[in-house]
Amino acid sequence: MNKLNRREFIKKTTNTAAISILPGVFLQTVNAKGADVKNRWGMLIDTRGCGDCKNECITACHSEHAVKSFDRPQTDSQWIRKVTVKNRKTSHTMALPIMCQHCEKPACVDVCPTGASFKRVDGIVLVDRHICIGCRYCMMACPYKARNFVHENLSEQNTISPRGKGTVEACTMCVHRIDKDGAKAKTACQQACPKNSIIFGDLNDKNSGISKKLKAMGARQIRADLNLNPAVLYQGLDL
Amino acid sequence: MKNWLLLMSFFVSFAIHADDNNSYLPKAKAGTKCVEDRQIMRTNHMDLILHQRDKTMRDGKRDGRHSLKECINCHVTKNDKNEYPNIDSSQHFCNSCHTYVAVKTDCFSCHRSIPENKQVKK
Repeated sequence: MNKLNRREFIKKTTNTAAISILPGVFLQTVNAKGADVKNRWGMLIDTRGCGDCKNECITACHSEHAVKSFDRPQTDSQWIRKVTVKNRKTSHTMALPIMCQHCEKPACVDVCPTGASFKRVDGIVLVDRHICIGCRYCMMACPYKARNFVHENLSEQNTISPRGKGTVEACTMCVHRIDKDGAKAKTACQQACPKNSIIFGDLNDKNSGISKKLKAMGARQIRADLNLNPAVLYQGLDL
Repeated sequence: MKNWLLLMSFFVSFAIHADDNNSYLPKAKAGTKCVEDRQIMRTNHMDLILHQRDKTMRDGKRDGRHSLKECINCHVTKNDKNEYPNIDSSQHFCNSCHTYVAVKTDCFSCHRSIPENKQVKK
């Protein structure tokens, strides 16, 4: 009978172990897409086209995420709101769409008692509805009033966007599309805007379309004084 | 003691295999094979989808094998009236068994209970 000495035994067992483990490690690295700390996803919205549009972004968002109206405007969810503001001195009015601003320092995450409000490593702020208890602290804390509480029993949600009664929800920046296509992704609102006023992209990547446009033309954050550093930036906010 | 154990194991195995012949469990989509062995799914399906939900939601890794979406796509099939069953109906795959064992599911207050791009007829 062939006797293995200690060295040969260790060599053979290590090789066998490596052969059986390697494919798993390889598959893991190939499939390991998803949220990446290198990215900081954001949106740039040119509000100069918003005044006379037909709210295409809102319709597209609500159809993507199966947000339906129950004819109760006080409690119906609004993932994007079109807000009209007026300068009292000049009487000039302008409209802008407001959704979750995906802040770098989100107040909703700070106040959440269960950890349901969280920020992904790529900067997207989401609600984990599995542990959301519906306390609505985050809705109180959000200076943009971007979050909604679901008051009604829901059915036939879209698979990509689970949502239900008793939990809080907001814009996810179409995270399912980002996880699939990365920087090439387009959000539903961006795709629907007839004036191409919404640009989605990586704020950390100097060569992305959004970064180039920001460098060339600049933009503003709403309530920048709060230092939350939102990832949604606006152009044409001058009243 | 030995006899007692033998008797217990008989009852346990009977309980595990008894529902194989029951007709209340709707059949999965024809020509599909489950991602895991039947017994593994019966005992561990809740752990598998629980593990994957955090990967999907928090890490954005949506390519796992154990997604609730895929469970529904294969297992929720049309009933004898050629309609997708409502989640409250005993003809719904999940509900059929969960009613039988008296364990409440809370998945479908948020998640879609029928396959993607299909409608429940009313």
